[in-house]
Amino acid sequence: MKEFKHVIADPLGMHARPAGMLVKAVAPFASKVTIEAPTGKADARRLMALMKLAAKQGMELTVTVEGADEETAAAELQAFLAANL
Amino acid sequence: MKTGIGLPVFPGVSIGPAVVYRKSERTLPVSSGDPAIEQAKFDAAVVTAREQLSALFEKAKVELGEEKAAIVEVQMLMLDDLDYLDGVTAAIEDGAAAAIAALDTGEEFAQVFAAMDDEYMNARSADIRDMSHRLYDILCGNTGFQLPDGEFLLVAEDLAPSETIQMPRERILAFVTQQGSSSSHTAILARTLNIPSLVQSNIALEEAENCTILAVDGFTGNWYMDPDDETMAMLKAKQAEAAADRAALETYRGKESITKSGKKILLAANIGSPEDAEAAVAADCEGVGLMRSEFLYLGRDTLPTEDELFEAYKKVAEIMGDRPVVIRTLDIGADKQVSYMGLEKEENPALGLRGLRICLTREEIFRPQLRAILRASAYGNLLVMFPMVASVWELKAAKALCAKLRKELEDEGIETKEVPIGVMVETPAAAVLAHELAKEAAFFSVGTNDLTQYTLAVDRQNAKLDKFYDPYHPALMALLAHIAKSANEAGIWAGICGELGADPKMTEKFIEMGYTELSMAAGRILEARKIVCESEL
Repeated sequence: MKEFKHVIADPLGMHARPAGMLVKAVAPFASKVTIEAPTGKADARRLMALMKLAAKQGMELTVTVEGADEETAAAELQAFLAANL
Repeated sequence: MKTGIGLPVFPGVSIGPAVVYRKSERTLPVSSGDPAIEQAKFDAAVVTAREQLSALFEKAKVELGEEKAAIVEVQMLMLDDLDYLDGVTAAIEDGAAAAIAALDTGEEFAQVFAAMDDEYMNARSADIRDMSHRLYDILCGNTGFQLPDGEFLLVAEDLAPSETIQMPRERILAFVTQQGSSSSHTAILARTLNIPSLVQSNIALEEAENCTILAVDGFTGNWYMDPDDETMAMLKAKQAEAAADRAALETYRGKESITKSGKKILLAANIGSPEDAEAAVAADCEGVGLMRSEFLYLGRDTLPTEDELFEAYKKVAEIMGDRPVVIRTLDIGADKQVSYMGLEKEENPALGLRGLRICLTREEIFRPQLRAILRASAYGNLLVMFPMVASVWELKAAKALCAKLRKELEDEGIETKEVPIGVMVETPAAAVLAHELAKEAAFFSVGTNDLTQYTLAVDRQNAKLDKFYDPYHPALMALLAHIAKSANEAGIWAGICGELGADPKMTEKFIEMGYTELSMAAGRILEARKIVCESEL
């Protein structure tokens, strides 16, 4: 299992578009990806679940990646979040 | 004849056949009884919906811009959501027909989002409903709304963003909706298309369906079904009069706006976008007295970036050339809410966090806008003014931020020009303190709508208060005179950019008080020039 943290830099927080992009970014991987925010926990493949977190700028997200391709998945998702959220 | 009233969002008279738009009449399909068959139907509907939405997305991008298209994009993302798809499958397995499963699951999600303590997410419930209604329509075999040929007035309970996008805009003479507000999608579209329209109207859909002719008077807010001869004559006369007035005023095109005794008055336009700037030039404006910035922020899901704002301001600066352009910084809040800014709901938004107050509390919103204006200043003759100023310190703080950002840009090697900083006088405090503010400001522009509402303590959105909303109230006249006198004594100019700026009854009065600039809807400029040129003052 891999775990990393990301602090939301986007002034609007986790709104629909970055959440949708995240779902797409996770799709190619086999690993289970979970996002935990102070407001709750969501499967990163589920758009509305991610939106329901209503995660805001400055909140710290804990991302857990578990599965066969967890190494690559974690590295790519970390880069994705740094660039897009 | 039947008649009623609504809230006009664009002036003019339209007469023609009425078409009633309903969220399609559906024949409820019964479940085949086999979950596998229902699931297959649902999966096929998702494919169709995706095709429809991507076609709509392309159309919206071309006709309405990337920002409005993003509304459609969010729905495309939701269509793929696993929780939604799982919810539908579970309902189908419980014996529901595919159409009902799609609709009910969408409604469940919409309610969850509507109940969240987050304005942006609340607004997403409309997207979820829009998306699940689309699937429902497809599954009910509904091919969509059939429009007749030719031009018509469109009557509806309300229109969702995706519905207005699908309309053949060139054939619509007016929108008449039961719901909506002056800042709803329908109202914004009506203003974009320049068609007289009413929202919040007391019109019955069944009656509209059965009438032959519907007429809308966008000057008064009245609607008439099958107008009698007398009314029809009145409306036709109004239409013709508007056209004749327009023709007569053409002789003033290209003339200088100067009174008989030689007082030069700058007649400027109120605009909201680069497209409006082109219309303003076509209407022979001598500048822009109020560029509202809100419309760059509305109808989208994210804050516009500095570059997007810069491009819009630069375009306006270039279109106007040497002519002055007064940009008012963001005035979100009160009647213009933007969900993505995450502003808290307020008991009393008109007295809340709005205008310059947001900008001074949320620098991450203000900074990109000011930088964009300063960068665009190199391309024309830009001025900036701040809304909702009540105290001298607020103006000083905003000016200090401007100076800091200009320094930053200079250090980055980006060219800027001097941008005069003024105050939009719209709080009674700013009006009373005009002589103090005049020491710090390069100009004043009076927002008469808010100044009236705040001075008289009358909510301008509340139609029941209409008889108390008196823009000619002596208290206001005293404030207006004081503002102009303070400006003249300090050697700065003062203008009017609220609705009174276009009021022909007030033009001479303003000149007498000492105002030298009047800003109004572009279409009123020639009319105002006629009054100025004929004035003996």
